Amino acid sequence: MESVLYRNGTVCQGSPNKRNRREALEQGIRLIFFLCGLLAVTAVLGISFYLILSGLPAIREIGFWNFLMGDTWASNQGLFGILPFLLSSLAGTAGAVLLGVPVGIFAAVFLAKTAPAGVAAVIRSAVSLLAGIPSVVYGLVGMVVLVPAVQRMFGLASGASLLAAIVVLAVMILPSIISVSETALRAVPKEYEEASLALGATEMETYFRVSLPAARSGVATAVVLGVGRAIGEAMAVIMVSGNVPNMPESLFAPVRFLTTAIASEMNYATVGSLWRNSLFSIGLVLFLFIMMINGMLNFFIKRKKED
Amino acid sequence: MKRMFAMLLTFTLSLGLLAGCGGKQTAAEEEPASGETTGTEAALSGSVVTLGSTSMEKVMGILAEQFMLDNSGVTVSVEGGGSGAGVEAAGNGTADLGLASRGLKDEEKASGLEETVLALDGIAVIVNAENPVKDLTVEQIASIFTGETANWSGVGGSDLEIACYGREAGSGTRDGFESITDTKDACVLSQELTSTGAVIEAVRSNPQAIGYASLSAVEGQEGITALTVGGVACTEATVLDGSYAIQRPFVLVTKEGQALTAPAQAFYDFATSAAANDLIKAAGAVPVAE
Repeated sequence: MESVLYRNGTVCQGSPNKRNRREALEQGIRLIFFLCGLLAVTAVLGISFYLILSGLPAIREIGFWNFLMGDTWASNQGLFGILPFLLSSLAGTAGAVLLGVPVGIFAAVFLAKTAPAGVAAVIRSAVSLLAGIPSVVYGLVGMVVLVPAVQRMFGLASGASLLAAIVVLAVMILPSIISVSETALRAVPKEYEEASLALGATEMETYFRVSLPAARSGVATAVVLGVGRAIGEAMAVIMVSGNVPNMPESLFAPVRFLTTAIASEMNYATVGSLWRNSLFSIGLVLFLFIMMINGMLNFFIKRKKED
Repeated sequence: MKRMFAMLLTFTLSLGLLAGCGGKQTAAEEEPASGETTGTEAALSGSVVTLGSTSMEKVMGILAEQFMLDNSGVTVSVEGGGSGAGVEAAGNGTADLGLASRGLKDEEKASGLEETVLALDGIAVIVNAENPVKDLTVEQIASIFTGETANWSGVGGSDLEIACYGREAGSGTRDGFESITDTKDACVLSQELTSTGAVIEAVRSNPQAIGYASLSAVEGQEGITALTVGGVACTEATVLDGSYAIQRPFVLVTKEGQALTAPAQAFYDFATSAAANDLIKAAGAVPVAE
């Protein structure tokens, strides 16, 4: 083992005994840091193993295709098809991205380029505050304010619906989209914009034709981050989406997401039953989704570095 | 350094394996632990196995917890499986007490089983306080929840669409409501909520809503009306005398002429005594012992 002691060039002036003690201390501390780093790896490995081990039996028993593409979930009749959850999760996430991404990107352009310093500071702190609000609070406000509003606005019998979930999720993903896109926009070399302006483009043309395309991998990262947050959210969704295992046939249908399917029935499913196992399988499907999203995220970040 | 890393990696991976086994360990823990004796002043020791209706799990859980506090040598386990499984387990002796959230059928009684009503479960049907509808029959309630009647005007109310709020699959209240109104797996819901309180809250905030909740949870709530069913209000008294329709008994099933084990008998006595009334009430049911 090589010694990295005395990197600063000072030679130990104490006795050899003291030097050994210092070396041992140094090694010990390094070991502690190493163990702390390993903790994260342990957690990820543990969760992956556990999910795969507990998620596979039900998929094997029901059949991969029947499980993923079955259009009825009725746990008390032994029907475990998660297509309604899958489609609801996808529709909810897509809707949230559709609503949240344009707003987020425009806000980022405003913050990075056109906002007066004072206004930008206020908005920026509001955005970081938005990021810090617990999801249960989003759900609560959604349930008390948004759901009745949706009901009244569209003359529905009940406002808890896919639409309400989309709106809540869109607001929840805003902070990450804004802050990541803003950073990306700020990193665009000033020369690009100056050249564009010098060629006679207006400011807005410059931002949308030069700055945003130059920052595209950063913006893509922001979108993927938003997708990840939206697809994994459970607490806020369970309070506004209606939580009925329907197909997402319309924006006003009460639906249940993958996350909320696990959350709402885990209490009742008896240990070892097919029901409980298939809830774990939903967890596995969700996990694979998040892995895919992470893969995409890494791809964009790598491309950004190469740019 | 390399060797240390290898060792640590091995350690980490084995941790991962252990974590993988977690599910099975908990499964084993929930099986009845038998013969655990800690030796208290009471001579009682051993285990009591109760099995059956999931709707009764809450009541039984609270009773078992209190009983185990009082008799530290006894383990009382409460297992699900449904009323049918509870009756069967009492019959073949796999459980000391069977749990059924319905009365025994005649052929079950003929096969030598005995029922003891532990408590009654009254389910109130609630609407928003602004709703002019104050009374429905069981048939009307069933037709509303199955989607046949989709507008309040169909049952004498204003011209508004009906929003049915129910509980999630597995809930004992849902099971009870659907089995009494004969709407099992046929309900078309606008929202599934995960607790009694959430149902009440949702009905309170929506004038078009109808929902159901345990009788005990509805009492004293403002902003909602508990409907009279066929003219009978949902109160403890009407549940007790049987005139309120949406109710069902929680029954302990035992085998006729066969003595219970000492701890099972003690638990049975405790559960059916007046001392358990407050606990049963806390669990949302109507106690019957006097």
